[in-house]
Amino acid sequence: MCYLYVELQSVISIPPRLIHRGQASVYDTGCVMATPRADDWSWFPALALGVSFLKCILINAYHSTDFEVHRNWLAITHSLPVSKWYHENTSEWTLDYPPLFAWFEYSLSHVAQHFDKEMLVVQNLIYTSPATILFQRLSVIVTDIVFIYAVKECCRSVREEKGSKDLLGHPFFILAALLLWNFGLLIVDHIHFQYNGFLFGILLLSVARHLQVLYFMTLFLVEQGRHLEGALLFTVLLNLKHIYLYIAPAYGIFLLRSYCFTKDNTDGSVRWSSFSPVRLVALGSIVISVGALSFGPFIAMGQLPQVLSRLFPFKRGLCHAYWAPNVWALYNMVDKALSVLGVRLKLLDVAKLPKASMTGGLVQEFQHSILPSVSPSITLICTLLSIMVMLSIWCRPRGARGFLRCLVVCALGSFMFGWHVHEKAILMAILPFSILAVESREDAGIFLMLTTTGHYSLFPLLFTAAELPIKVLLMLLFTLYSFTSLKKLFRGSLLNPLETTYLLGLVAVEILCEVVYPLSPWQHTLPFVPLLVTSVYCSLGVSYSFIRLYVSLLRQHGTDKHKQL
Amino acid sequence: MENWSLVSICVLFGLTARWAVSLNSYSGAGKPPMFGDYEAQRHWQEVTYNLPVHEWYFNTTDNNLNYWGLDYPPLTAYHSLLCAHDHGFDFCWVLVADLLIYIPAVVLYSFYLSEGSNKKKVCTVLCILLYPGLILIDYGHFQYNSISLGLALWGVVVLGLGWDVLGSLAFVLSLNYKQMELYHSLPFFCYLLGKCFKQGLAGRGLFLLVKIAVTVLVTFALCWLPFLSDPGQILQVVHRLFPVGRGLFEDKVANTWCSLNVLIKIKTILSTDTQLYFSLTTTLLAILPSSIKLLMKPTLWQFKLALVNSSLAFFLFSFQVHEKSILLPALPVCLLLNDLPLPAIWFLQASTFSMLPLFLKDGLLVPYVVTSLAFLFFSIYLLSAFEHCSEDKLRLGCLRHLPSLIPGSFYFSITAMAGLSFMSVALAPPDQLPDLFPLLVSVFSYLHFLGLLLYFNIVQIAEPLQSVRKNQKKSN
Repeated sequence: MCYLYVELQSVISIPPRLIHRGQASVYDTGCVMATPRADDWSWFPALALGVSFLKCILINAYHSTDFEVHRNWLAITHSLPVSKWYHENTSEWTLDYPPLFAWFEYSLSHVAQHFDKEMLVVQNLIYTSPATILFQRLSVIVTDIVFIYAVKECCRSVREEKGSKDLLGHPFFILAALLLWNFGLLIVDHIHFQYNGFLFGILLLSVARHLQVLYFMTLFLVEQGRHLEGALLFTVLLNLKHIYLYIAPAYGIFLLRSYCFTKDNTDGSVRWSSFSPVRLVALGSIVISVGALSFGPFIAMGQLPQVLSRLFPFKRGLCHAYWAPNVWALYNMVDKALSVLGVRLKLLDVAKLPKASMTGGLVQEFQHSILPSVSPSITLICTLLSIMVMLSIWCRPRGARGFLRCLVVCALGSFMFGWHVHEKAILMAILPFSILAVESREDAGIFLMLTTTGHYSLFPLLFTAAELPIKVLLMLLFTLYSFTSLKKLFRGSLLNPLETTYLLGLVAVEILCEVVYPLSPWQHTLPFVPLLVTSVYCSLGVSYSFIRLYVSLLRQHGTDKHKQL
Repeated sequence: MENWSLVSICVLFGLTARWAVSLNSYSGAGKPPMFGDYEAQRHWQEVTYNLPVHEWYFNTTDNNLNYWGLDYPPLTAYHSLLCAHDHGFDFCWVLVADLLIYIPAVVLYSFYLSEGSNKKKVCTVLCILLYPGLILIDYGHFQYNSISLGLALWGVVVLGLGWDVLGSLAFVLSLNYKQMELYHSLPFFCYLLGKCFKQGLAGRGLFLLVKIAVTVLVTFALCWLPFLSDPGQILQVVHRLFPVGRGLFEDKVANTWCSLNVLIKIKTILSTDTQLYFSLTTTLLAILPSSIKLLMKPTLWQFKLALVNSSLAFFLFSFQVHEKSILLPALPVCLLLNDLPLPAIWFLQASTFSMLPLFLKDGLLVPYVVTSLAFLFFSIYLLSAFEHCSEDKLRLGCLRHLPSLIPGSFYFSITAMAGLSFMSVALAPPDQLPDLFPLLVSVFSYLHFLGLLLYFNIVQIAEPLQSVRKNQKKSN
């Protein structure tokens, strides 16, 4: 800036005083940018730090029973020998994550003892000293570093067109903001309390490793290294939290097809002769060695059945207490509507109906009164059928992007049809989908529908009055950002009027459920109605997004075929 | 992205931070018998709701003034009455007041009265909204400062846009919400008077003066309407507003008297009356230069500087100052964030730090640390504070060598604040000096305030008188 003054003074010979008087404003604005340019990455720490600060002020916010769950696991892994980890049942919140997560808790407990030793005693149920809260909250915030790193890696692998746009319009900036400031992750991890940030970090890192392969195509060795790294990360992830089994089919098919077969025919179909047994062995040995590391000790102790019974408790019902917004919520709703209609029209006898059905939404076991009941095997078949479309990447692999799309379909398909699905599982589709959303216009539209409904369906997680404003504010913050940034990125509206109307309906649902209904007399007689309305309304949006995503995948498949003809 | 969406995102972020702070404990939670400011607000609602107006400020059998008696002007009382109709949503009320008064004023100020690109304006909005002192006091400690400060800010914005009558109306309302707004009153007065002078006291200036005077008197009369019937009422309210008997200072506050008290025991040497006159004289002396300058050159830039200089001088030298009153100078300093980033950030950080003992008493350690770090990081990063350190940028024409020292001393002072904060939390004070850390905190902040008072005075006084006319000639 000094040079500029000197130059200005010498060229136009303005008296120095005049420049002073102008408060440097005129000369400032052109040269000093308020925000740095895109090519340096200084904005990334700013985004990450900003959200970390936000997480830190939420330390004293409400936390759910999951807080006690993880405290109990800290205590179990710290004070008991490995052989008792999966047998211990003093608390009702028994250890039901795979062994690697138990080891993760074990390592955390060594830091925890410097905060408050009492939290590591198994008998101290529902122990919440300030030091315990501080430690557990900080552990989530600090392990989120994995997530932050993974987001950075994902941003590096985003494709973008050349252009001299400002920083805020770059796809990688938008992606970073959408992932780091994701509403669902913030409230599930930092208010409700869970460790999803760190787990999704590993997932995204694994996805990024597959995406980055494209850039290193010429270097055979590097390509190999990245795929194996991605596979390794995913296997570790599976051994940390087995819910990621939902997306394992996508990984399996992709790695088998695109990694184990090294060449395609000219029409894109698989060339069977190019099968590389070495690669298959490499993949297999990664999966087996990680599995052995994790489950080996328990197999050696003969505890495998016990561990598996903890991991897969099929005693639970079709739907969680609060119905996740999926097909079964609609199914239950239709059943209920039919039964009410039947009673009204005197086609059904009230006495013969199952008792629980009239208070549905609050009980674990939901018995259908008209429609046939659904068994776990049926949900499994439905899920498998819904993700059959993935086989298309077997016929025509479309690189890592095709894989990513299949991963999202897989996550969403199992969310739609799975047995005892939690509403939080929607994040498994939303987070990876963010990457696709900043690359294609159509995906951006589906993304907006899916995230907005999916995030709204998380609202019942936070039901305390004090947290109402925070969830509304955070949701508005994220939704406003995602809409305006994607709209700017793709230069135009992404939703049709019907979709917009549906999303605006969410505002009405929120006002009805959390402001109007609690003041009405039905609050005492029919307290479950707001939850029911929320999950049914959201399930419409999620189903719609699922169908659109499915269609987009099929259509792509179709156009590929067409091109070849 | 369009400006409106960026601004909305900033505002939403500011609101989120505010609400997140309110989820922590509040002033005096579970500390009988007096509890804290939260209990005071609740008690005022009780008093205004249940008692007739003429008993509000009097000690009666129903109204024990020793237990959080009303000691704010009538608008606060009316506001309590309004809140009392919907008791149970107290923090919501603060948020609503913020959203209706303070935040729109901040946005308007940044967009219409500050310079730079649109992005820079958005950054200014974000930094002002993230100022930790106000967030922590309003949402952590629980007070309604954003109303009085917001009204004063409306005054500045409206005056800056050229509507003198509306501006004086907004300021009178703010004065009637909290009497501490007197700290800002002299610059408002001088700015308006200076404007009248400039337009010529014989013609249009006189007309403007009359208009403003009438507005001020009518607004005052309307605010005080229920108390006007009886002179005794007015005197009692005034007596409640200015409790002269409470001494030169209470607790530990980062002003001259408390800091001087370490060396000389002023409180015991001088009588209360002498203290009062002494502090009055020093305050007037300290604000005189900036007021005269403003009177001679009533521009917005001078006005903002005079607001800082006057309120800071009041804070440092006047009678019965509370640590929370530092928010009054902090407001105009926020307005300088865009023009003088580093000094403004420095002041704002020091002002937050000066209230540390209060935050610790309220259990607000975590929000204090987090919001301070966030503010420091974002303001330095977004306003590129260190790139504005040359002597031209700091407007220090006369002191050539100072600017090179500034970044270093800034870091030193921030480190020292961090160290003192850590010591206050982690170390036990020695037995013979139980107040050691609060005292260190206030003396350390006092030194900052004194230095920055000098600096802002230099910037204001050093600006040449003539340039405005030259500029006008040029533009004509």
